[in-house]
Amino acid sequence: MKPASIDYQIMWDRLVAVVEEQATTLVRTAFSTSVREAGDLSAGLFDRKCRMLAQAVTGTPGHVNAMAESVSHFAREIGQRNIFDGDVYVTNDPWQGTGHLHDVTMVTPVFREGRHIGYFACTAHVVDIGGRGFGPDAHEVYEEGLLIPICKFAEKRTVNPLLLRLVRANVRTPDQTVGDLFSLAACNEAGMRRLRAMLDEFGTDEIAGLGDYIIETSRNATRKAISEVPSGTYRNKMQVDGYETPVQLKVTINVAGETLSADFGGTSGMSSLGVNVPEVYTRAYACYALKCAIAPEIPNNAGSLEPFRVTAPKGCILAASRPAPVSVRHVLGHFIPDVVLGALHAAMPGTVPAEGASALWNIQMSARPMNPESGLKAHEILMFNSGGTGARPQSDGLSATAFPSGVSTMSVEATEQVGPITIWRKELRQNSGGSGARRGGLGQIIEIEPRNGYDLWFNAMFDRVDNPARGRAGGKPGSAGAVELTDGTKLRAKGRQFVGNGQRLRLSLPGGGGYGDPHSRDSSAIKDDVEAEYVSMNEARRDYGYKP
Amino acid sequence: MTQIRVGIDIGGTFTDIALENRGVLTTCKVLTDSARPEAATMEGIRIAANGSGIELSDIEQVIHGTTLVTNALIERIGAKTAFITTEGFRDVIEMRSENRFEQYDLNLKLPEPLVPRKHRFTVSERIGPNGEVLLALDPEEIERLAARIADGEFESVAIGFLHSYANDAHETMMENALRAAASELSISRSSSVSPQMRELPRFNTVIANAFVKPRIANYIERLVALLRNQGIDCPILMNHSGGGLISAETAAEFPVRLLESGPAGGAVFAARLAEAHGIRRALSLDMGGTTAKICLIENGTPKTANTFEVARTYRFKKGSGMTVSTPVVEMVEIGAGGGSIAAVDTLGRMRVGPRSAGSEPGPACYMRGGVEPTVTDANLLLGRLDPKGFSGGKIPLNKQFSRDTVDHRLRKAANLTVSEAAFAVTETVDENMSNAARAHAIESGRDIEKFTLVAFGGGAPLHACRLAEKLGIDRIVVPPGAGVGSAIGFLRAPFSYESVRGLFQRLQEFDVDEINAALASMESEAQAFVRAGAGDVPTATRLVAHMRYAGQGWEIPVGLTYKKFKRKHRTLILDSFERAYAALFGRTIERLPVEITNWSLTVSTDTPPVGRLEPSLKAIPADVSGHRDLVDAALRKIVAAAEVRRAEMEPGQWIEGPAIIFEDETSTIITSAYRAVIQNDSSILATRKVN
Repeated sequence: MKPASIDYQIMWDRLVAVVEEQATTLVRTAFSTSVREAGDLSAGLFDRKCRMLAQAVTGTPGHVNAMAESVSHFAREIGQRNIFDGDVYVTNDPWQGTGHLHDVTMVTPVFREGRHIGYFACTAHVVDIGGRGFGPDAHEVYEEGLLIPICKFAEKRTVNPLLLRLVRANVRTPDQTVGDLFSLAACNEAGMRRLRAMLDEFGTDEIAGLGDYIIETSRNATRKAISEVPSGTYRNKMQVDGYETPVQLKVTINVAGETLSADFGGTSGMSSLGVNVPEVYTRAYACYALKCAIAPEIPNNAGSLEPFRVTAPKGCILAASRPAPVSVRHVLGHFIPDVVLGALHAAMPGTVPAEGASALWNIQMSARPMNPESGLKAHEILMFNSGGTGARPQSDGLSATAFPSGVSTMSVEATEQVGPITIWRKELRQNSGGSGARRGGLGQIIEIEPRNGYDLWFNAMFDRVDNPARGRAGGKPGSAGAVELTDGTKLRAKGRQFVGNGQRLRLSLPGGGGYGDPHSRDSSAIKDDVEAEYVSMNEARRDYGYKP
Repeated sequence: MTQIRVGIDIGGTFTDIALENRGVLTTCKVLTDSARPEAATMEGIRIAANGSGIELSDIEQVIHGTTLVTNALIERIGAKTAFITTEGFRDVIEMRSENRFEQYDLNLKLPEPLVPRKHRFTVSERIGPNGEVLLALDPEEIERLAARIADGEFESVAIGFLHSYANDAHETMMENALRAAASELSISRSSSVSPQMRELPRFNTVIANAFVKPRIANYIERLVALLRNQGIDCPILMNHSGGGLISAETAAEFPVRLLESGPAGGAVFAARLAEAHGIRRALSLDMGGTTAKICLIENGTPKTANTFEVARTYRFKKGSGMTVSTPVVEMVEIGAGGGSIAAVDTLGRMRVGPRSAGSEPGPACYMRGGVEPTVTDANLLLGRLDPKGFSGGKIPLNKQFSRDTVDHRLRKAANLTVSEAAFAVTETVDENMSNAARAHAIESGRDIEKFTLVAFGGGAPLHACRLAEKLGIDRIVVPPGAGVGSAIGFLRAPFSYESVRGLFQRLQEFDVDEINAALASMESEAQAFVRAGAGDVPTATRLVAHMRYAGQGWEIPVGLTYKKFKRKHRTLILDSFERAYAALFGRTIERLPVEITNWSLTVSTDTPPVGRLEPSLKAIPADVSGHRDLVDAALRKIVAAAEVRRAEMEPGQWIEGPAIIFEDETSTIITSAYRAVIQNDSSILATRKVN
């Protein structure tokens, strides 16, 4: 009585639910903080032609295309004749997976009545992968840990014991890392059970027709959305602090009817340290920004990603080539949306926000006993912190909120329970949001002191200290970030540094840029800002011409 | 044994009354009077008392639940509230988790904090994680602040200092200073309202409590006065979010504990019903006009949690509300009800909810001005509702109105016929509910196929069989009185109080003295609250430790036997943790240290005994009054369904699906895959046919 399209719609909803459940399972079973708090994981279903049909929306846009592309690498490397029911494949190759060694991707072929019909894939950030550990200090990818080339984790349900031994022998946390590998495999298995149940329910043995429906529907809708963007060539460039020297990020966007291409030609060359970005990760963040501005409602799949063509010249810092170190590729990755959205502003005025703090101010701390004989234990502490986002055309920026990443911060009380530090301050930073008709989001101020008997080392990986977030359409820039001790001693924004017992580290996180002329800001909004002390009276007078 | 009791559930639209007189129930529904909720309550009690043939003064117990607290938080109508916190942490409630709940929305609006920044004050003080004082409180500073707040025209104050769960001395000093400065002020202190680790939920909780406290306390006072005035002189109790009873005085002090009061009653209703039918694992589905609530019940106990997200600003979107830490029956609520509105999205796909036409204007077929197609309109078009018999004939349904709106708003956009579009609407809403139910089961580490579906609320009987088909569930129970389930549930709830405490310890360094002291004080606290309502009766104590592996950021609840711990019990606790961990995640992690963060201890009275029902086997076929065309979703075709009146079915009577069992308030659809037998308590039990 009813056309296939109703079944297809229901099955599409179901596939999205299946991959979301896959992701939920991973979040709950995986061990690393990045998965749990930052949603640094991904899960998706692919058809036999390696086209992605559904992907879970997780905390990290960095996996959007990365995962979509990786399954075809698996199919090619393993070879169709070697794909059996009960197989599971694995890799953490940054150039074939999702951009750094910590992300392990697993792919499981799906069989139905003896026929290979598709794949489940998932990715998660593991606690440790050996090498120097998670940080930017390597000069080649070889120092960053164990690289598992695309290979079989299991063949016909038998796990490869040599692979497990290799992993165990090369990482600091063998139980957790190997446990996470099994979690990944199990989450694909769970997805498979649900897919089989769906095929039973709908009395079918294949997903090819459904795949065509999903992909065509999504592609057409995306093309239509692109066609509503005025055709033309739009450029933008942005300078950020980088590691050794400032980095220029450049993009040229070409919109021609229903097609859109973005190229990062003109971007700075590679760094000698691990902030380089494999092109696959650049594509992911560029696509994320384009989708946010142009087609936010359309689910991620091969059809909705295909109309966006993103490229970067090989050898630039956004298309690093082997054997470049890439461990903390997320820092520059997080700036890509600012660059892309800035270019789109000319095409779609009144749509995109001003620049924001964008890169997270994550801080890895090592608390060490002042006296090694004291019997006190060493502790490692990780905090995720966010500055302000750029003001939007219709509303203020978001204060102390992650964008484009989807990271959550941790509770101060919970952090102090596990590490010997006192966090004396973690609150909004007055006057840090760029002035404008719409104000940029405020950054925050954090003050940290080692507790009795401890000194503190921390690894700085902070940006927008020399290059604050710029305003848009007449809006003023947000405040730059600052790294210092509370006694006023300036510290570097990059690299490992010392905070002695009795000293306090102060991080002032950047604010987001403003949007539109500050003098056109609604005076009641300025009054509210002053009352709330988001903006001081002096600043309100100076930037906004406010007269109470 | 108390013989005559009344349960009252005040919802947004209706106030439900269930009066039990020596085991016989009389129920009714009256419209909620949002300005004077106690007036409608009184009217309902009077109607029920008349129906039961008793005098008001015969009533021996009144049990009350309400959405007033939830509504106050959603509508942000509450006291002018100040928040006092540790210097350096003024913005905890504004910075939240620093994340966005909608990944692709550039115009995302975050929820406004309940207390604006200008009303948030700080004092210089600091307690450390083990309760040690890192920075002492200056008495002069807090006196100055107390004076300032007394002058600030605040009605209520919330106090939340860092690590106050470990040492409440500074919070208590602040409270005393405020009392000295302004004796009238309503004060809530985080170390008393929710002494658990993690500042964001604790601060949210104490602020929510402070924000609603003056109004709720006032309402409870008015209610009690009115009841007394009408000659009802018996104890008045409140149902709390955890599905138990507390005294009205306790409720007025901790109104945040009433947040999920009504829905928790529904869960108790389903749990008792499951017990009576000998069902060990039940999935309760309460589907009304706007939402569907799903809860897992095992061995007669609804699943509980210690945090809960309230007042979501993006309908039902996780992360868009405020997380409070208070003991609560854990429920998943999604925007799926009879009034849920269907629309076709930019990709040509059918979407249903979360927008709802509610009861006003209601679905198009109500002819009360609703112009958008709803789930009820689709059910009507598919032959699942009787246009003349709906709501006992009080609301005539107009099929033409349904057809017109589906034709106008869905047919063309979705490229379907009218009946196909109606079918797509019900399939989509059933798919939404089944996906939510399955996801909840997975998160809880359970296989949903092994559960029995308990369906109540106006909409659930229409959708239960299809939902069960999608979930692979074999058994469904549709109880009688399903429209006032929560109010009946109140009558079945025990007295209980859950005391919570943040006390961080590594299991290796298990400090038995500290733990035993904390548990003993929690036990006496909980006992005192239970006695305040129940008097001196036998109680049971349940203990839960919230535990994790070192390095993890969240805990899992681990049930333990309450006793005075000795050091050697560490292995026992570790075993319990590992079993719980493996049950949830399928594995344990060897060699990693284990931590305990929070404790929770519940004292409850014994639940009223549930008479175990003997299952009625099918004996006599039911009288079929006619047949009607019905779309069977699984078969994807139109079938001739037998029509049966529920009121005319006796225990033991059965009917094979496809069938429609009509009653005044709703219809139960038995799809072709199931057969139904009426049970001794008049419940419908549907079981899958065995091929």
